Amino acid sequence: MSLFLDRNCYFKDYELSFKDRLLNLSWSYFVLITIVVGIGILLLYSVAGGSMEPWAIKQTYRFGLGCCVFFFIALTDLRLWMKYAYVLYGISLLLLIAVEIRGEIGMGAQRWLDLGFMQLQPSELMKITLVLALARYFHGSDEEDVKRTRHLIIPALMMGVPVGLILIQPDLGTASMLVFVTLAIFFLVGVQWWKFAVLFVLGLISIPIGWQFLHDYQKERVLTFLNPERDPLGTGYHILQSKITLGSGGVFGKGFLEGTQSHLNFIPEKHTDFIFTVLSEEFGMIGAGVLLLLYMIIIFYGFQMALKSCNFFGKILALGLTVNFSLYVFINTAMVMGLLPVVGVPLPLVSYGGSAMMVLMAGFGFIECVHVNEEMVIGRLGSSDS
Amino acid sequence: MTWQADGNKKITRRTFVMGGVQLLLAFTLFGRMFYLQVLEADKYQTLADKNRISLKLLPPPRGAILDRNGIPFAMNRKIFRAMIVAEETGGKLRKTLQNFGKLVPLQEEDYERILKEIKRKKSFVPVRLKDDLSFDEMAAIQLNIPDLAGVSIENGLMRVYPQKEFAAHPVGYVSFVTEQDLEQENLLSKMPDIRIGRTGIEQSYQDFLYGETGNKKMEINAVGREIRELEKTDPIPGKDLILTLDSRLQKAGYEALKNESGSAVLIDVQTGEVKMMVSTPSFDPNIFNEPVDTKTWSRLNTSDRHPLLNKAISGLYSPGSVFKIVVALAGLEAGVITEKTKIDCEGRLFVGEHPFHCWKRSGHGPLNLKQALQHSCDIYFYEVARQTGVDKIIEVAERLGFGHKTGIDLFGEKEGLIPSRAWKEGRFGDAWRLGDTMNLGIGQGFLLATPLQMALMMAHVANGGKKLTPVLSMDARKEPEKLQISSRHLRIIREGLTAVVNKPGGTAYHARIDVDGQKMAGKTASTQIRRISLAEREKGLKKQSELPWKDRDHAFFVAYAPLEHPKYAISVAVEHGGGGGAISAPIAGIIMQRALELDKEDREKSK
Repeated sequence: MSLFLDRNCYFKDYELSFKDRLLNLSWSYFVLITIVVGIGILLLYSVAGGSMEPWAIKQTYRFGLGCCVFFFIALTDLRLWMKYAYVLYGISLLLLIAVEIRGEIGMGAQRWLDLGFMQLQPSELMKITLVLALARYFHGSDEEDVKRTRHLIIPALMMGVPVGLILIQPDLGTASMLVFVTLAIFFLVGVQWWKFAVLFVLGLISIPIGWQFLHDYQKERVLTFLNPERDPLGTGYHILQSKITLGSGGVFGKGFLEGTQSHLNFIPEKHTDFIFTVLSEEFGMIGAGVLLLLYMIIIFYGFQMALKSCNFFGKILALGLTVNFSLYVFINTAMVMGLLPVVGVPLPLVSYGGSAMMVLMAGFGFIECVHVNEEMVIGRLGSSDS
Repeated sequence: MTWQADGNKKITRRTFVMGGVQLLLAFTLFGRMFYLQVLEADKYQTLADKNRISLKLLPPPRGAILDRNGIPFAMNRKIFRAMIVAEETGGKLRKTLQNFGKLVPLQEEDYERILKEIKRKKSFVPVRLKDDLSFDEMAAIQLNIPDLAGVSIENGLMRVYPQKEFAAHPVGYVSFVTEQDLEQENLLSKMPDIRIGRTGIEQSYQDFLYGETGNKKMEINAVGREIRELEKTDPIPGKDLILTLDSRLQKAGYEALKNESGSAVLIDVQTGEVKMMVSTPSFDPNIFNEPVDTKTWSRLNTSDRHPLLNKAISGLYSPGSVFKIVVALAGLEAGVITEKTKIDCEGRLFVGEHPFHCWKRSGHGPLNLKQALQHSCDIYFYEVARQTGVDKIIEVAERLGFGHKTGIDLFGEKEGLIPSRAWKEGRFGDAWRLGDTMNLGIGQGFLLATPLQMALMMAHVANGGKKLTPVLSMDARKEPEKLQISSRHLRIIREGLTAVVNKPGGTAYHARIDVDGQKMAGKTASTQIRRISLAEREKGLKKQSELPWKDRDHAFFVAYAPLEHPKYAISVAVEHGGGGGAISAPIAGIIMQRALELDKEDREKSK
């Protein structure tokens, strides 16, 4: 344990040159990410019937752009991000409110910002800036602070306000992701076990109340999840076909470009949320297992880099982002395997989608940045003194 | 730094807890994958195949039905039909239909059907616009194809019956698959264009004529569009069926009988081959290729002349005097009479208080058996029946083919009815009386028989004791069995029947064929439909032609020819025809002579 968590911490006047930063980069982490994206592009090529158009080619460009974001963030000074953490959070909150208001006023409103080359949803942005803000917040807290419930009110609000806004949209998937990530950070910084227990009980009690506020289609999804045969041609169709696709792949799969379920369009959203089934159908349990394994390595790599960080901000940031990534993986795969209701959560790095790719690459950039700056000690208020 | 030191330990610990939880989740996912992709893989593989493979059935071409000389009764004609694919009309379905309607007239019902089918089917499935396009229509469509987006022409087969009404009843017809068929066998729903034999040979040899369905396994996508062919089994065409019927005789028989409501059957007395079977009024079986409009259908169904009924096998009548042949044989066999026994006919006969009349009021005087047959004397057979008894008569009748199906290869044959003591008690709770036996003696009363049964009985008499099974298919011919009837008795009967036609005073004398080698022997019958009341009898009987059609007698004539070496037996039944001798015998004569002439022609041709 101490072996892979070994490092030196430098307290004062810690400055890295650009060259030092380049040398500190963890290339193996980047290669792992690239392999997963590569698998994704391969699958997008397959579901398009053996063609780079229309998805694989775009996904490649986006990954290129994502790499720029990744390296840009990875090579910056971590203290800079800590300094502007609340500002960035505030900006994404304002954007969220802005698209929300525009959604209320304008007819046929968009929930995203058009950046010209891609569309950015503020809710996606929030997935990173919320973690930044929480990391910044808990960086200055000591163990006693964390144990006080009052101390948790501000971070709870930091999460609660955007979650409320996103729920109105309505985007149950993203909102619950934010809740999970925040809870995970609470847990990691040391909030007592019993508080989670209380929250869990409160949550159970509120289920019947919350049910009233769900949209009909959301209720439908939950009911259908609980009993997919209830409506095999309607909403249950997705779950059933998803399971058929997975199961029919068997151990070795039907072979590249040979998946019948995906090529004959039995899979809904085959290039986005259900792409894992395409992998399972064409490459079988072995192919799907390899991808899951790669994901697990990326996740544990993230944990390791977080724990090695000399600064609390970096630790929480890297942990939060890694947890966020792992939530994507688990929710999506569990969903296509019929273990969770169908919620709109893509398979990270593999599903087709611009926003998600950018946000993920930015997230990995931050984790890499934490790694690059791991030996730096950051003072309670952000300076490098103690 | 103190604020961090404890926190560091805690966060590390908690991270390990979280990592543990994630490992657990990962194992759950692997477990689930193992369950779906290894344990349940077969089930899902099957489901995936069911998803993607659609079985398309390929109907085989139906076998032709030919007459004994190879002339087709039923065959397939290549036709061109116009189809439309809704999605290829570029959203202008109605406009395209309108344009098509200008070139090929469509009925209001056609439009309804087309629009209904288009609505029900997926937009890429072709829907039939019109069958059997004429050459002009084809040309018009080809010329205007730019205005007819989505319209295409495809080949098809249509069942045609070139003999039309001549052989409609024995050959039968095919028609569309109905809802009832679909309930029984839902495979048919996958072949909406096939036709099924409904009556006659088309029905009884359905499987033989149909052949075997082929199939094509098509890969389809989620909305059912065909992507490619995976596997194909060609259909096995139905086999041609050669009938014993002669199309020339069918035509002759139909022409002779077409103004009446009745039937005529001609069978080969040596083999049981049915050479002609006609029922009138007839219908054109070709109309059933398309759904028949309700007006035509109700006309065919409600007419009191029953054009759809094959009267030769499904018409039930009291055989009347034709049955005297059976009574005579029973009397001879029982020893009640001999060839020479004479019975005096005084015009009527009393059983207790009840008088039984001869059709000739003045009476025939003393007659022997041959004379009794020649004049069809009722008194003679009343007397024979009384002495022979009902049990013996019905036993002989059964032997000769009455009271049960003849076994002809058609559906819908009636058994007829031979009344017996037990039957009457079961049916009416009443004992059999002498009067019933008397009525049976002249073929009236409860007795019912089909014209085919009468023809078969005639054949049995003519061939001197060979029991036949009448057939329509050459391949269904059966070896005759031995009929347990004395050939000497049969010869006596034949002499009597010869007198009926060829001796002056015989009831069918004027219908005789005066050509050597074509001479005919037979028996007439006119069976009354109404009971003749005493009052009417005293007023004097009206002439048949003066009665309303429905009240007139049924007219029968059964015969065989030639006299020396009988070849054919015929039975002609004319409903409400009046007199058997006057109406049916000449028709039988025409047909019989034509049959014998044709044989002569064919023999000469083959020389």
